[in-house]
Amino acid sequence: MAKALIDLVKKNFADAVLEAHSLCGDDTLVVDARHWKAIHRFLRDSPLASMDMLTDLTAVDFPDREPRFEVVSHLYSLSKGHRLRLKARVGDEDGEVVELDTLTELWASANWMERECFDMFGVRFLGHPDLRRILLYPEFEGYPLRKDYPADRIQPLIPYRDVPNTEKIAPFGPDEGMSFGRKTHRSGVAASTAKNGEAD
Amino acid sequence: MGDLKKTSTLVMEPGEGQGFATTRFESLLAWAQKYSLFMYPFVTACCGMEFMSVSSPRYDFSRFGSEAPRFSPRQSDLLWVVGTIVQRQAPILRRIYEQMAEPKWVLAFGTCASCGGFYDNYACVAGVDKIIPADVYVPGCPPRPEAVLDGLMLLQDKIQRGDKTPGIVKPRLDPVADPNLGLVQLRRSRPSSPVL
Repeated sequence: MAKALIDLVKKNFADAVLEAHSLCGDDTLVVDARHWKAIHRFLRDSPLASMDMLTDLTAVDFPDREPRFEVVSHLYSLSKGHRLRLKARVGDEDGEVVELDTLTELWASANWMERECFDMFGVRFLGHPDLRRILLYPEFEGYPLRKDYPADRIQPLIPYRDVPNTEKIAPFGPDEGMSFGRKTHRSGVAASTAKNGEAD
Repeated sequence: MGDLKKTSTLVMEPGEGQGFATTRFESLLAWAQKYSLFMYPFVTACCGMEFMSVSSPRYDFSRFGSEAPRFSPRQSDLLWVVGTIVQRQAPILRRIYEQMAEPKWVLAFGTCASCGGFYDNYACVAGVDKIIPADVYVPGCPPRPEAVLDGLMLLQDKIQRGDKTPGIVKPRLDPVADPNLGLVQLRRSRPSSPVL
């Protein structure tokens, strides 16, 4: 069953399928980004595939690769009960131009998933009706799930309180709380040298 | 009521149905405050389940007078911050805190509200004390209801003493580790039964 689906796409989009593998029942197709929407439309409309559900759409960042991002979509057919995963490689090295066609015209559920993908990875979905941040706030700069986003960069909306000993875990003593905080990790000092407030 | 017999308080009971007590006004006021903590539950995450457990009859923190939930910050005394606070929510939480009338207290419920827990990332506020002052920290992920009750009693104690410094709930003794209870021995001596 699974192979038939891959073969179906291969037959109709011979030059668009870059890679295909089927491992432990997971069928994956890596397709050309230019045919992203056409292949999805075909898979939805074809009676042999009839993929009527877009279960997931996300992206993966591979900083060493060119193109850098891999947008992943998971399709499911409620009537036939089979699944297919499609990937498209997009984006340049800097992550400035990361563009892919939107799937909102095919599945309404693509709307929010593409917004989340844009929010986290900065993939611009061309033709999306409302491409705004969905989880983070509009003031947020950058895309946090990219590998080059600094792990310790936070962007508070309101300034933190200007009070001593609120660095981390205010009233926790040296032997309490967690010692693996990022501040410890970077500076190499024990968590609680300057930060053990008044333990009650 | 037993707390009325503390240092600054003197109870005279000369006979049946009469008598009087002397105390300081601050002490009496604190005594009233600590047994009428109207709460504002700011529940954002999975700790909320444990919060419901504490407020439900089995653990029942209304025994301590913190019974009435007020979903208006203007009517509440104690802000329960239950769960993870993300950066996007921080202005809302601070605004709610600012809307509360004095005197007001904040209880950080669970590890996330206390210090961020393992949510040490772009999205989360690492501890509610970054934006509002917290009075009592209850660690745990989520904390046991006993720990929450300990935290509530700790807060009451601090209110009575007029103590403003933040306090943390210490872990109780693990009952399994207590040799007097013999729980480990009980478990070991239990015959191994097949898993049903």
